[in-house]
Amino acid sequence: MLKSKTFVKKTRSGGIMKIVREHYLRDDIWCGSEFCTECKQDESVLQKDACIESNLCVFPHYLLPDTNVVLSQIDILEDPLIKNVIILQTVLQEVRHRSAPIYKRLKDILHDKEKHFYTFTNEHHSDLSYVVETYIEREPGESANDRNDRAIRVSTKWYSDHLKNARTEEGLRIVLLTNDRENKDKSEEAGLLTYRCEEYIKSLIANPELVDRLALTNDDKNDITSSKVLFPEHLPLSRIQSGIKSGTFLQGTFRASRDNYLEATVFVHGEGDESTEVLIQGLQNLNRAVHQDLVAVEMLPQNQWVGPSSVVLQDEGPKDDDVTGDDEEEKLKGAVVGAGPRKPTARVVGIIKRNWRPFCGMLFLSQIKEATRHLFTPADRRIPRIRIETRQASTLAGQRIMVAIDGWPKHSRYPNGHFVRSLGCAGDKETETEVLLLEHDVPHQDFSQAVLSFLPKMPWSITEEDMAVREDLRHLTVCSVDPPGCTDIDDALHCRDLPNGNQEVGVHIADVSHFIRPGNALDQEAASRGTTVYLTGRRIDMVPELLSSNLCSLRCNVERLAFSCIWEINEKAEIIKTRFAKSVINSKASLTYAEAQMRIDDTSMNDDITKSLRGLNRLAKILKRQRIEKGALTLSSPEVRFHIDSETHDPIDLQTKELKDTNSMVEEFMLLANISVAQKIYEEFSECALLRKHPAPPPSNYDILNKAAKSKNLVIHTDSAKALADSLDAARVDNFPYFNTLLRILATRCMMQAVYFCSGMDSDFHHYGLASPIYTHFTSPIRRYSDIIVHRLLAVAIGADSTYPDLMDKHKQSALCNNLNYRHKMAQYAQRASVAFHTQLFFKSRGIMNEEGFILFVRKNAIIILIPKFGLEGTVFFENKNKPSPKLVFNDEATTLTVEGHTFNMFDKVKVTISLDASNIQHQKIRMSLVEPVIPGVSVAPSEPNEPEAKKAKLDH
Amino acid sequence: MAGLELLSDQGYRLDGRKATELRKVQARMGVFAQADGSAYIEQGNTKALAVVYGPHEVRMSRSKTLHDRAVINCQYSMATFSTAERKRRPHGDRKSTEMSLHLKQTFEAAVLTNLYPRSQIDIYVKILQSDGGNYSACVNAATLAVIDAGIPMRDYVCACTAGFVDETPLADLCHAEESGGGTSLALALLPRGGHIALLQMDARLHQDHLETLMEAAMTACKGVSKVLDQVVRQHLQEVSALTGE
Repeated sequence: MLKSKTFVKKTRSGGIMKIVREHYLRDDIWCGSEFCTECKQDESVLQKDACIESNLCVFPHYLLPDTNVVLSQIDILEDPLIKNVIILQTVLQEVRHRSAPIYKRLKDILHDKEKHFYTFTNEHHSDLSYVVETYIEREPGESANDRNDRAIRVSTKWYSDHLKNARTEEGLRIVLLTNDRENKDKSEEAGLLTYRCEEYIKSLIANPELVDRLALTNDDKNDITSSKVLFPEHLPLSRIQSGIKSGTFLQGTFRASRDNYLEATVFVHGEGDESTEVLIQGLQNLNRAVHQDLVAVEMLPQNQWVGPSSVVLQDEGPKDDDVTGDDEEEKLKGAVVGAGPRKPTARVVGIIKRNWRPFCGMLFLSQIKEATRHLFTPADRRIPRIRIETRQASTLAGQRIMVAIDGWPKHSRYPNGHFVRSLGCAGDKETETEVLLLEHDVPHQDFSQAVLSFLPKMPWSITEEDMAVREDLRHLTVCSVDPPGCTDIDDALHCRDLPNGNQEVGVHIADVSHFIRPGNALDQEAASRGTTVYLTGRRIDMVPELLSSNLCSLRCNVERLAFSCIWEINEKAEIIKTRFAKSVINSKASLTYAEAQMRIDDTSMNDDITKSLRGLNRLAKILKRQRIEKGALTLSSPEVRFHIDSETHDPIDLQTKELKDTNSMVEEFMLLANISVAQKIYEEFSECALLRKHPAPPPSNYDILNKAAKSKNLVIHTDSAKALADSLDAARVDNFPYFNTLLRILATRCMMQAVYFCSGMDSDFHHYGLASPIYTHFTSPIRRYSDIIVHRLLAVAIGADSTYPDLMDKHKQSALCNNLNYRHKMAQYAQRASVAFHTQLFFKSRGIMNEEGFILFVRKNAIIILIPKFGLEGTVFFENKNKPSPKLVFNDEATTLTVEGHTFNMFDKVKVTISLDASNIQHQKIRMSLVEPVIPGVSVAPSEPNEPEAKKAKLDH
Repeated sequence: MAGLELLSDQGYRLDGRKATELRKVQARMGVFAQADGSAYIEQGNTKALAVVYGPHEVRMSRSKTLHDRAVINCQYSMATFSTAERKRRPHGDRKSTEMSLHLKQTFEAAVLTNLYPRSQIDIYVKILQSDGGNYSACVNAATLAVIDAGIPMRDYVCACTAGFVDETPLADLCHAEESGGGTSLALALLPRGGHIALLQMDARLHQDHLETLMEAAMTACKGVSKVLDQVVRQHLQEVSALTGE
């Protein structure tokens, strides 16, 4: 291969350094086309019948976009319609420098075999038979961009000529897509077929809807907006940077207010942990910043400082650009008067980094029927409305759609954007699920080809080599116990008597780390997803289904790879010996909790599995007692389960989850395994073990709990977990069995969030809730990435696997923990949102219902009610916009609220009607109204369950 | 955007080479008349000059004299203009001292020193331009210089570096690849017998990958040896043509 190299020097100056690099040109880079007979390529990516039906190009053609087209129109390129595209190395490299996310998307497209995208390494290509090489040097006085544009033109020319030689009568041509006018002129001069991206896309016959996905480029913006300048100019980055250095500007994250579209705060990151909050008010001062942008602000003089307004202001809708501004400011001014103390106020002078993503929302149709410009209202209230151009407005109305922002010119009231895709009809189950996944940033797209390529080939079986390094535990009576319908079984158990009278207990966990090797695309995808998200009726897997439901899942009567933690335990449930091993198991039974419970209870059954279960159950009870004695908390949160109709997938009934003995049996051994593993990996890797901690809550968190207990003349000790657990156990009120559960629900609310961390970066390891000095997650590698890391660490610790640099790097480890914590939090929110949505569906189908509930919190103008039957929480407001509010007296000390003479205490039993408030289609809510106790003018009459329509009027009090 | 993409998806490196390909190697022998042996080598942009004196009587302190074999004295230096930033001290700093020591060890393994007891062989190498793989360029230049001086050796000593990026071993690293993080391994090989004269690696590498990396480095060294062999043959042809034999 050496022979063909021509040697060229490439000089790049940056700063004062002169860097000299070699640049080899080679003649073994092929064009990648099926047409070509000259190139000796093994497989050609670009197809022979490269036909996209178009008015402009009636012949087969390959597209060759320039960098700006890729950067701005990646949405278009991702469309399955667009095929046979040549991506030049110059373009790829430029995209890599300019935008990491788009680079990743482009790479995904390149990997997709269906798309027929070909990367041509033009910078290193040389064609001996061709006069001009596709590699060009920068000429004196030529800017880097101009050079790249020229390189693209030269390559296009080469392709046209090259394929002209090779082509047949069909007349294949290369189409250069560019939006740069100069570039277009020059390339047309050179005789190349060139179109602007818009031109080309609009010419496509079969798919007119692609036009809507076009991003608006600079050329188009002018005609969409009026000439009046509404906003002050943003400062250039250089001015901002010098301003930040000198202290005249501050840098921070922009957070729009949820309730008031004319107000926002900026979190200014100070030195160390210090961060201050600055208020920004008014359209002019907000200056086109969008939620989550990184902005530079300038403080206003103190006499212009204002207090945060307490009113709720929502952008009412489409107005002409010209009339905005003044009157809106007036509205705000009126609201500010009488507001709280003044706060530091600032104005946005420039945007350091935009943090735009595609937003979900709905189209707000323009009043003019034929108009193509419409306003889009995002589901997130903190995002401003976005103006988009579309010809399919009537079809999109009533659908949930996604829109990306392209820019926000200074003479436009709203940012300009383009339509990305439609998610489906608003209110549909699938659509709403999609929306809540997107809004909670849960990665849920199908796994890419690159990821799937790392899956084991089917049919898969355990090889000789695997057997050789693993312990053979197939003879053991292992079984798994899981909730019904579970397909990703990641744990299994066994228990048997040892000759010395002790018992051997094994926890066998799916060996996911055997299949997911560090650093490959599959691993990266799993690391980025972080966790499997369980929504009602849907599961978003962290790893592809082949692994999660088949190869890793420890199903019964198949041989599976496992990572086993095996203890020798004596009669008093003390651990004599712990060992870990990679193993092969063959589960004898996959049971549900109920089945396992039945076997244990049924005295007539005496097979191995049942005996093993009984042994486990007995030990678990002792372990649990020991744990509670140490001060572990038993908390409660109302969890609901939906009975889903098997055909329509609509929820038909709600039921709170109930716990059996066997639930806690499995849980107990999982805890034990997690603790044992945590000790082992911390012992081995004190700097880089991935652990989980649960910090003790600060005493002030318990205020609400204390007040609640006091109302029933009880005292809750909160100085330690043990004291808390004991006093929670003691807190009982006669004739009120649910009181204890309510109290535990409240206690749960006081707790801090448990988090993952890297042992080298923290000194506090304690897990408060479990009262364990050290803890980690080991037992669910199929659905949590943290467990995969723990598996790898443990495998290294026992010498079963090798390390890799990132595993031992505590900073990388800690960055990973941050992502995992974020993903877990978002997954939890998404799960709650999904439950809430299904609850709404349920109540929609049921109409209005009357239920009994308990008061959980008392607020200044409302009470929050928990309905135990559904685990549902709702708020009853006593104030209403359209009506004079009743007389309210709020007692902060005793947390009571007196409404028109009736006093509400915490834990009071009330009766409410439940209905669905669908007045805002994007934000449907469960509405509760008081039925009992009867307070004239406040409570409503109970509704008849079967005629919801008739009673609706009464509810709108 | 962080870092450079050392290996593209299409399998090309920064300068357009594939993973196993060497840079262009060019060499000349007998560049100085006054020295006993001399050679000049270019490995891509790395350029080195080697000069050999000897064998002659021991001129260092007498105590260093070895009675059964020759002493090899190596000195490595870098020209002040060899790097992008001008170097203050051409030789004598820690790195050069270490490099001198490594060269000495390499050539003690290769030169048949027992043929010249109580004598000394001086090898001076200078890097004129540095673009990664300084050690290997020095070894290769010195080999040619020693051959030019007519000092018998067991075999050519050929050196090459190899790195490890994205699970792929890369042969003959350039400066950008060396400084881009990741592991770099320098290997000096006596290619005919496959004996290793020197192996050096400073960064961390997992044991599992060592074998593949070594293999890549060895293949690269053998590639270098072919080029050196050609250079020697051509040089001899030229010289013999001049002397008219």
